[in-house]
Amino acid sequence: MSEKPVDTTKIRSVKKMRDLMTTYYLEALSAGQNNKQVAWITSGGPVEPLVAMDIIPVYPENHGAMIGSAKMGEELCAKAEEMGYSFDLCSYARADIACSVEKGGPIGGLPRPDMLICCNNICGTVLKWYEIQARFYNVPLFILDTPICHTGYTPDIAAYVRAQVDEYIVFLENVTQRKLDHDKMTQVGKLSFEGQRLWQKVLNTTAHKPSPMSAFDAFFFLALIVTLRGTPIAVDFYKELIAEMEQRIKDGISSIPHEKYRLLWDNLPVWHRLKWLSARFSGHNACLVADTYTSAWCGAIQYIDEDNFLDSIAQAYTRIYLNIGVDQMADQVLDMIRFYDVNGLVMHSNRSCKPYSFGQMDIMKTVREKTGLPVLMIEADMVDPRSFSQAQAETRIDTFMEIIKQREA
Amino acid sequence: MKEIERFHEAVNNIFDTVLKIQKTNRKIIGYLCSYAPEEIIHAAGFHPMRLFSSKHEIILAENHLQSYCCSVVRGILEDSLAGRLDFLDGTVFPHTCDSMQRLSDIWRMNGKYQFFADLVLPAKLNTNSAAIYMKKVLARFKEDLEAAVGKKIIDTDLADSIALCNSIRKHLLTIYGLNCRYPGSIRGVDLYALVKGAMIMDRKEAADLLAGIVSHLEQKVYPDSPAKRVILSGSLCDTPDIFDAVEAAGGAVVGDDLCTGQRWFDSAVAEDEDPLSAIASRLMGRVICPAKHAGLTFRAKNLVSLVRRNRAAGVIFLMLKFCDPHAFDYPYLKEFLDKNGIKSTVLEMDGLQQSQGQFSTRIETFIHML
Ligand code: SF4
Ligand code: SF4
Repeated sequence: MSEKPVDTTKIRSVKKMRDLMTTYYLEALSAGQNNKQVAWITSGGPVEPLVAMDIIPVYPENHGAMIGSAKMGEELCAKAEEMGYSFDLCSYARADIACSVEKGGPIGGLPRPDMLICCNNICGTVLKWYEIQARFYNVPLFILDTPICHTGYTPDIAAYVRAQVDEYIVFLENVTQRKLDHDKMTQVGKLSFEGQRLWQKVLNTTAHKPSPMSAFDAFFFLALIVTLRGTPIAVDFYKELIAEMEQRIKDGISSIPHEKYRLLWDNLPVWHRLKWLSARFSGHNACLVADTYTSAWCGAIQYIDEDNFLDSIAQAYTRIYLNIGVDQMADQVLDMIRFYDVNGLVMHSNRSCKPYSFGQMDIMKTVREKTGLPVLMIEADMVDPRSFSQAQAETRIDTFMEIIKQREA
Repeated sequence: MKEIERFHEAVNNIFDTVLKIQKTNRKIIGYLCSYAPEEIIHAAGFHPMRLFSSKHEIILAENHLQSYCCSVVRGILEDSLAGRLDFLDGTVFPHTCDSMQRLSDIWRMNGKYQFFADLVLPAKLNTNSAAIYMKKVLARFKEDLEAAVGKKIIDTDLADSIALCNSIRKHLLTIYGLNCRYPGSIRGVDLYALVKGAMIMDRKEAADLLAGIVSHLEQKVYPDSPAKRVILSGSLCDTPDIFDAVEAAGGAVVGDDLCTGQRWFDSAVAEDEDPLSAIASRLMGRVICPAKHAGLTFRAKNLVSLVRRNRAAGVIFLMLKFCDPHAFDYPYLKEFLDKNGIKSTVLEMDGLQQSQGQFSTRIETFIHML
């Protein structure tokens, strides 16, 4: 099997995206000089009020992904362990906690926060992680508590989260000593909605056969909808990206040279092995066309009312992919399997992320029963390479691909 | 003392305990953590029983939960799948950590018992809106139970159950207090059996027996004890050998911050208020589990005050492998203790059968340091 780098026409938007991210981080890093305040916020947190109030949002999880991609995860995680944090904790949290002390990582650490915004719709880890950072930086912490919707969104949950949206605004007004401009809030809300709609459209382009981009590209392009949601930058960029994808489809340009098999990825990316994984799969003419992770930033769009944004985000932020029952997650996986018409499912059993990984085996069982598709589970960690055995993954992937080939023959 | 023996029996032979409860005509509802509102379950005519892992080898649960999940969650699922919990009529999952959250899903999807409820409590316990939400969650749970039994839970029944649970709390506090004043007045393993037993036995029986134990213990005169006084802190301690190891080293456990200890029975439900509000207030105000939030230093301050109140010399952290909430809090708790000149050590527990030998050296060294 060939291990050569995949020969594909480069996606042009990659460069633009890199530039946008660089500008964003430069701005965030120089916030202090420009008299701007910085808020650290969890990836699933409601960023729109921050944008509306001219506070720069910074995402430790996105930073974690950068640390992972830069292969700096092991060192930082080990540092956190020296500080007393168990090896078994989420590696985003470990890397970030160590980075705050060390000022390490690919960009020399994140800018110091003026406040912390923690939404626990993704996990309980962020609650502990942000408590630690609130003590370390001695800054105010706001927690948006979004009870998990195991079987549904109850009126009790709705009222509780809605009340907290107001508390959130009050918190921001207190910290900044400024009032929220509601007109601006409405505008940001519309842009956020539009950004999410476009992001979904970007992801949808991969339903085309052959797929013009892969999940690995989606992992990369995701950063904008996370960090610049609610700004025209994200909207404009995704419009261009969609145009480029449509052009690629027209021109018959595919993500991998000979797409024969299409796969769905579950869980966070393995940031430190993206290239390797992509090459391994494309060596089998398999393209990971979609994933459950990047769609989490547009999956709750049906609950957003762009004309009534603040009222509707209670529901939209509470009912995201990770904050629902495993059976509902399985349903969404099945939907994606149908929509992207894939030949198999690859599950990343991610040692770092318990709420994402526990339940995967039941999802696997459902998928097998309902579709008969082969499912592969790879043990890894998104940032810490010490929990990954390349040799083992290699054998597993090859065996899995053999099964698919036989099945599709 | 024969009353204490009864607790040991109840703990050691769960099936006999179950049979006895079934004879009282109460159906059994298993619960997963100390945030379960036992009073409501009891008032509905059920028996609230805390579930512990029986620590059997994990075989069937391997098909549902990866190896990096804590032994409590994996162990209880194993028990359920293996049919060791077939006596249950239902279960309730109070929301705490990520692992429990997913266990609840897996449990529900593989549904084996008649009644199932999620109690999606707030994670934040220090705001007004959370307090309002907490009460609504309890009210809904009460309705679910009512639907299951087909009749309303009346306030006087709820008040009776509150009084009963409170009496257990009061007795346990008294016994903990006595043990703190006179270490050695009761053995650590006995204390462990009393608390665990009170979580699984028929509540009336437990309350009566505890009352007897209290009056018995209060009659005796105790010599001053030279034992080195320590506090245990962690998620749960289902390893009685720890107490023996502490005592063998010349120490005594004089208090704890455990889910299977004081966190469960500290503070009573007010008996002169609307029952549901009173239960909600207790859950909001009690010593928190690290999966909950009540300010940035709540747990550290509580721990230091526990040490001071009980004149302890040190803290032993019991860290269950893969338990995220506790692992995140450990460095800051330790630092807080250090700053206050309180010594501490940490024991890594894997939650499997562990023998005294595995941690006795560590405990010995620590106690001698105090
Ligand atoms: S990787 Fe998982 S555990 Fe870690 S912060 Fe993200 S959602 Fe939470
Ligand atoms: S709190 Fe810790 S020990 Fe308890 S279930 Fe959660 S992870 Fe396991």
